[in-house]
Amino acid sequence: MPPEEPHPPRAHWSREGEFPVLEISGDWLRDGAAPVIAGAAPEQAPGRYLTDKLGVFDSTLPAFILAHLRRVGHPAAAVAVEGAAPSLEGLPPSLAGLMRLALAVPEETDAHQNSADIPGISKLGGVSLAAWASIISVAEFIGQSMLALGRFVTGRARFRPRDFWVVVQECGAQALPIVSLISFLIGLILAFVGNVQLANFGASLYVADLVGIAMVREMGVVMTAIIMSGRTGAAFAAHLGSMKANEEIDALRTFGFDPFDFLVLPRLLALVLMMPLLTLYANFVGIFGGMLVGAAVGIPPVLYWNETLATITLTTASLGVLKSVFFGAVIAMSGCLQGMHAGNSSAAVGEATTRAVVASITAIIIFDSGFAAIFTVLDI
Amino acid sequence: MPATPENDIRKAKIAVRDLTMAYDSFVVMRDLNFEVATKDIFIIMGPSGCGKSTLLRHLIGLRETTRGQILYEGEDFTAADPVQRRKFIRRFGVMYQSGALWSSLTLAENIALPLEENSRLGPKAIRELVSYKLSLVGLSGYEDYYPAQISGGMNKRAGIARAMALDPDILFLDEPGAGLDPLSSRRLDDLILRLRDSLGSTVVIVTHELASILAIANNSIFLDTATRTQGATGNPTELRDHSENPAVRLFLRRGEKSETPSKSSP
Repeated sequence: MPPEEPHPPRAHWSREGEFPVLEISGDWLRDGAAPVIAGAAPEQAPGRYLTDKLGVFDSTLPAFILAHLRRVGHPAAAVAVEGAAPSLEGLPPSLAGLMRLALAVPEETDAHQNSADIPGISKLGGVSLAAWASIISVAEFIGQSMLALGRFVTGRARFRPRDFWVVVQECGAQALPIVSLISFLIGLILAFVGNVQLANFGASLYVADLVGIAMVREMGVVMTAIIMSGRTGAAFAAHLGSMKANEEIDALRTFGFDPFDFLVLPRLLALVLMMPLLTLYANFVGIFGGMLVGAAVGIPPVLYWNETLATITLTTASLGVLKSVFFGAVIAMSGCLQGMHAGNSSAAVGEATTRAVVASITAIIIFDSGFAAIFTVLDI
Repeated sequence: MPATPENDIRKAKIAVRDLTMAYDSFVVMRDLNFEVATKDIFIIMGPSGCGKSTLLRHLIGLRETTRGQILYEGEDFTAADPVQRRKFIRRFGVMYQSGALWSSLTLAENIALPLEENSRLGPKAIRELVSYKLSLVGLSGYEDYYPAQISGGMNKRAGIARAMALDPDILFLDEPGAGLDPLSSRRLDDLILRLRDSLGSTVVIVTHELASILAIANNSIFLDTATRTQGATGNPTELRDHSENPAVRLFLRRGEKSETPSKSSP
């Protein structure tokens, strides 16, 4: 069969006494030409349709007619009354059937959520209220975590020890490879950059001091915290968020379990316990990285090691470890907070994960600046 | 004893008085009043989005009431403090719409967890209880499967087994039949009836599966979206044939307006 010549879709408005008449012709297809509309569209539903020259059509035609009927606002309530519905006279039976189906339930005009209609000032109010609400929810969450910790200390918190050990494994041993790689490279980079400058003064040996102090005071703990935010904080948020979406947290509540004791507490304890250990480990690996560069530029490892030991005092070494405890708590709480407050959909779980990582990295940097200021004032 | 309203409240397992449910300022349903007697199979029904699951969440204390009271055997649940509330909740068994099994635990661990926390049973006794509960819902042998490894219908049945773990006084089921094939749905109805008869539990079910409603329920509430309050309460079969509210009759006849009673009456 030869392909038929396509007929362009056309709509033509005319008037017949009291009511407008809509003449539709041509092929109304999604991938065909755009319809040509002749005559001004009246502010009235058509009284009759002329469809003698109508070819084939898909959903574009009923959508066009429905859009007109909705726009002129055919009396929605009247549709329910037999005979008061807009006239479908002249439409082919299949099209008339589709139109009847589309018009069967009146449009719920209140249901439209059009944000463009909201004035700017109330949008601003909404944003401010949301910001205030999120401050309140963070404060509540910290308070509840403290209460849960109190219950743990007094032995009244109920969670499964096995859950705790699983989290310890996930955020401890399983994090070692990535922590090793990153801190090794950081130590390497610090040593290279330091050596370029120090070699000018013939003071290459001081690379050991530079790498040692930078690792134990700042880089070891900050890099570990950032790795753990992206790795473990995100995992906490995603896990708790999907538990919430799946009503698993509700199920805990109805069996009398406190979701805080059961889900947040083991994660918080595990991360607070593991972060100092990971930080110590990262410090050693970073110093090892520096030592390799030192060996490459002619500093014997024994000399490098002795120089490092001479520089790092117990106070310096403990500063990073002290910070790591705080950072562990920050990461665990922001992950759990976002997970517990996630919405009930898969998209909401994704959002919660993003927010958890962003919030914990921001908080880590802010806390670290705070610590730096305090340590400067205290002169340590 | 003379039958005064006060006595009715004492007899009723669950009594709801003037309950209004709202999300912030949006009122979902207002002025709900109904009673559920001991051993009733009580259906919460109504069109999609009318607030059936919200009502269930109020009954089990997952949402705070805006106004009104919920009484269990005459004791006020809405005014209870958290410690008292836990005592109420311990008598409930809840199956959620999706099953809501804890996904990191096997089926056996899912059922064992509430038992470990709320009883003094040893591991062996718990294992026996778990396999008994699973066999009640036809899932013997699936003890070591994770929820993700079994089908949706099996998840629902395992959810019921977990809800029954502590031999609850009142069993709440949120859409147990949704998404099940007709035979599984029928088996589930039988299961609910048998559990009610043998354990003497009261069962509250959220559903809009007509066949199930007419087959097992002896009491119900219809939530009407148009008026935002209850359309009717009572035995669904009687409501279908004699309710004064046309919306209720239409709903229970699947929209057919004819007065010929269908064949599915129990």
